Order: sequence, then structure tokens, then C-alpha cells
Amino acid sequence: MSELYAYTLLVLVGFLPSEIWRLLGLVAARGVADESELFMWVRAVAIAVLAGVIAKIILFPPGTLASVPAVIRLAAIICGFAAFLVVRRSVFAGVVAGEVVLILGALAYGI
Amino acid sequence: MPPLPPTESPERSAIAVFFAGFRAAWRSVLAYVVIGTYVGIGALTHDFGFGLGWALASTALVWAGPAQVILVSALGAGVAPIETALAVGVSSARLLPMVISLLPLIRRPQTPYRALVLPAHLTAVTMWIEALRLLPQVPREARIPFANGVGCGFMAAAQAGTLIGYYLATSLPPLLTAGLLFLTPISFLISTTRNCRLMSDWLALAFGLVLGPLMAAWQMGLDLLWSGVLGGSLAYGIHRLREALK
Repeated sequence: MSELYAYTLLVLVGFLPSEIWRLLGLVAARGVADESELFMWVRAVAIAVLAGVIAKIILFPPGTLASVPAVIRLAAIICGFAAFLVVRRSVFAGVVAGEVVLILGALAYGI
Repeated sequence: MPPLPPTESPERSAIAVFFAGFRAAWRSVLAYVVIGTYVGIGALTHDFGFGLGWALASTALVWAGPAQVILVSALGAGVAPIETALAVGVSSARLLPMVISLLPLIRRPQTPYRALVLPAHLTAVTMWIEALRLLPQVPREARIPFANGVGCGFMAAAQAGTLIGYYLATSLPPLLTAGLLFLTPISFLISTTRNCRLMSDWLALAFGLVLGPLMAAWQMGLDLLWSGVLGGSLAYGIHRLREALK
């Protein structure tokens, strides 16, 4: 595909379908005061959406992550979460622990 | 707590606050998660035959990891543009509640629309998580430049990752790319948990984890947005009910 066509596609197919949600949010946020009940509800919806993204990546993973068995992916996310809780609520400790379990598990499985 | 410099002239302090936000992003584990994630995206973009300029522009313009993965792999595999646009739009729907729950925290009654366009564009999961955590400690008049600084800090990390991944593409072993792809779920789960304060936050997290994959398996469009609306409303409802019974 030509250079110009690739950039046109980037704007029409990549940028606009994402940006439309941000602009809708910009308009919709107009009537929402912080600390209001509506704000609390939207916050809960945003957290639930994000939790759905997380669970979906673990259970229906993209690319090479799909070659790691589901049981190893689940073990890794549980161990990472446990490490976060145990090590003074450290995000760093949790991410490292989860990655170590995933890599060791994948190596043991023979990837 | 982000160290905020003492206020001097308004323009100068806005720049100083912007850089305080920029530094706050780089002090977060999420900056390094973003680099790792975008190394994977940069490599993917290279493998599907796009140019480096296109890769960097897609990070700046789309600014949503999962949407970029869909965009690159669908266009690269020859999927029709209209179908690709729909898939990208469905994936980015999660940005809507994030923008609505961020902007009320940073604007003031006199804030014009145009001042909110940049923070809205910079809103992505990483920026949203760190902004929600740090903004309560930032004076309201400083919040827009601070949020822009956090967003640009993560954007700089993403651009660095895209560049590195684009050049390393051919030499990345599958085990490493699997590890990079795993950074997103593990870091998002832990940082969202750290931000949970109210019971509705905790319930929303739990409901979302269960409902997300259930609705995805059901194969309906916008499954994440629907599972979010359902899970979030349940969480909020239970929280309200408990408050009322107290």
C-alpha cells in the first residue's frame, strides 16, 4: 500500500474510531459534577470495563501469549496479585512476581 | 505525593506543574509497563510491513494499546477498512467512561472546552489510573497541566517503546513477546486494585472480572462496555443500598 494511503487509513480507521469516544466523553462530562452520584456510577462503570479488559486478555490472549497454557497464565496473575498484597502493596513486586511465574511456567512447558 | 513547585507567574507555574506531572508518570511502574507493551506493538507494526513514521504516528494518534494491535494486525492481514474501523471502535469504547470520570476532576466552572481536548486525547488506561491516584493531592487550578504532564510522560514512554520494538522486531524471541503482552493485564489489575477506596470500587472490579469474559464468550458487539455498565451499575447499586441501610 502507498505511503499516503497508509496514513489516510491510520486517520480514518485507527484515529477517528478511538477519538470519537473521547470526544463523546468530553461532551457527556459537561453535566457531571465530581463527587456527584452520577460521577460515582460512571467511575464504577469505568472500573468494571477495565476489569473486563484484564480478564479478557488473560482468558482470550493475543499473539504469542496464547501459546502459554491458560493454567500458567492464571497462576501467574494470581501469584502477581498475591505478591502485591504481601509485599507492602508494591505494584513493582506484583508485576515482577507475575512475570517470573509466567516465564518460568512457559519455559517448563517448553516454549 | 508529587512535589509541586511554589506558585509564581501563572504561565511559569503551569509549565512547572506540567513537568511535575511528567516526572510523576516516570516515577510510576506503569511507565516501564508502557515501554514494554509498546516494544511489542512496535515489533508487530514492523512485522506487518508498516513504516517507522507510521508506527510512531499511530502511537500518538490512536493512543490505545489494544486498538493499535487490532489496527495493525487487521490492516496488515488485508481486512476491509470498514471492518477494521468497527473493531477499533468497539475496543476503544472503554475510553468513554474513563474520560467522563476524569474531566470533572480537572475542570473548573470557567474552563473552556478547548482546554479539555488535550487531556481527553491523552486519556488512556495508564494515564487514567495515575491521574485518579494523584489528582486529589494537586490544587484544582493546577490539575489540567498536571494531567497533561502525566499523559505526555506516558506518551514519551510509549514512543520510546515503539521505536525500540520497531528496530528489535526480528530478534525478539516468542517467550519475551509473551512476557511483554502479559504486562498489560498484570499491571492494570494491580494498579486498579491499589486505587480502590469505596466498596463500589471493589465490587465493580470483581463484577467486571467475571462479566467481561462471560459477555465476550457470548460474542456480542461492545461486550466490554455492556459488561462494564452492568457490573458497574450492580456495584454502585449495592453500595447505595448499604449506605441507605446504615
